[in-house]
Amino acid sequence: MWKWLHPYANPEVTYHFTGKLMPWFSALAAIFLSIGLVWALAFAPADYQQGESFRIFYLHVPAAMFSMSIYFAMAVAAFCSLVWQFKLSDAAASSMAPVGATFTAIALITGAAWGKPMWGTWWIWDARLTSELILLFLYLGVMALHNAFEDKNLAGKAAGILTLVGVINLPIIKYSVEWWNTLHQGATVSKLGKPSMTAEMFWPFLMTFLGFAFLISIIICLRFRTEILSRNSMRPWVKELLLVPTSPVSSNTAEEK
Amino acid sequence: MTNSQSLSYKAAFFLIIKRDLTIAFRHRDDILNPLLFFVIVVTLFPLGIGPESDTLSRIAPGIIWVAALLSTLLSLDRLFKSDHSDGSLEQMLLSPHPVFILVLGKIIAHWLLTGLPLILVAPLLAVLLHLNENSYGALMLTLLLGTPVLSLLGAIGVALTVGIKKGGVLLSLLVLPLYIPVLIFATSAIDTAAMNLPYSGQLAIIAALFFGSLTLAPFAVSAALKVSTN
Repeated sequence: MWKWLHPYANPEVTYHFTGKLMPWFSALAAIFLSIGLVWALAFAPADYQQGESFRIFYLHVPAAMFSMSIYFAMAVAAFCSLVWQFKLSDAAASSMAPVGATFTAIALITGAAWGKPMWGTWWIWDARLTSELILLFLYLGVMALHNAFEDKNLAGKAAGILTLVGVINLPIIKYSVEWWNTLHQGATVSKLGKPSMTAEMFWPFLMTFLGFAFLISIIICLRFRTEILSRNSMRPWVKELLLVPTSPVSSNTAEEK
Repeated sequence: MTNSQSLSYKAAFFLIIKRDLTIAFRHRDDILNPLLFFVIVVTLFPLGIGPESDTLSRIAPGIIWVAALLSTLLSLDRLFKSDHSDGSLEQMLLSPHPVFILVLGKIIAHWLLTGLPLILVAPLLAVLLHLNENSYGALMLTLLLGTPVLSLLGAIGVALTVGIKKGGVLLSLLVLPLYIPVLIFATSAIDTAAMNLPYSGQLAIIAALFFGSLTLAPFAVSAALKVSTN
């Protein structure tokens, strides 16, 4: 059943596979983001209560959702690397952390920008805001721990353990708006089947959501491929791959002489 | 160590606690310094904010708890550092006993040396900060349930950073975010108690954190120690 997965334990195969995926991701991200953002920011109807400033929603909600799902993906990768000792899933986890931290920061900043006109304040110590801030700290802690070790293997394991300990924060963020009745509004989109928004708002949201999903895939793929190369830099296939452009140059100069 | 084969799990557990306590009592400064730090940090706040008793009694729970977090953080270093540098940590990991038991013993010894003194000094500081009279029970209960969580979660951070030369600042970066839930629920319980309302809900959550970390943290600590000692 899992036979199709085995070849991807080889860094070289995975490197080329992700290389093939990248153009597709780029095209899809470009399409979805350009359509989705224009639709969402220019044509979608304004909210009856919140007016035009509601449009930050199209940036804020995808960023917040992905800040959590990237952490979850990172935790799954860390778990795989701790339990089954996959070197590649360790590389994947370490390449995801900065991306996740960036999207957490985006979610917090856009949230602050949205909070100013709606709540009249940039920041309140609301349950969801606080737990999202803790998520940012967790990402930064994982990154700091990763950088503290000289040995990449050890770094991956240590950061993986910390990642798994931090998973407890995810359900807290997810359900914070339901457990504590605070200023942050409840879930709008994640109620599958019955989103509490009209179709004219939902479709552009779906577009931007998918656009961000593919954008994140591209960034993570890029980081992942770089990570593979730097970790396998002594392997013959990497040398062959990276030294190819220089060889024709040297042969040219030889011919000129 | 020839008779270690015949040592039962229980005996090994108590042996570790006894050993750590003996070592600590031979370096009494290690126990006193975090405690002094705790007291000094708490006395800084009335000097910085002003001596009005209304303000102080309002912020007393937060001050006491934040000071408790920081002084626990200071004392965490001792948990594995000296054992790591003289090699006895590796011997513990190599011993036939489950690492879980040994780690739990070390954490409990750490709590007895840092958490318990904090709890004993806390009422005195609460008086200094004019804590609301209704809140004393809540303060003691939250400290009693909460400080073991600090030791347990902190042990994960120490175990991860024990192999790194300059792990001190990194340790606080890793551990403090994990402490935030304890801080939130503890101070909220004390505040609720000050208003004469039932605070069993917050207490139950801290108890859940305590039992959850008691059962799970030693696993994470032993995994992290195996990484750190490599």
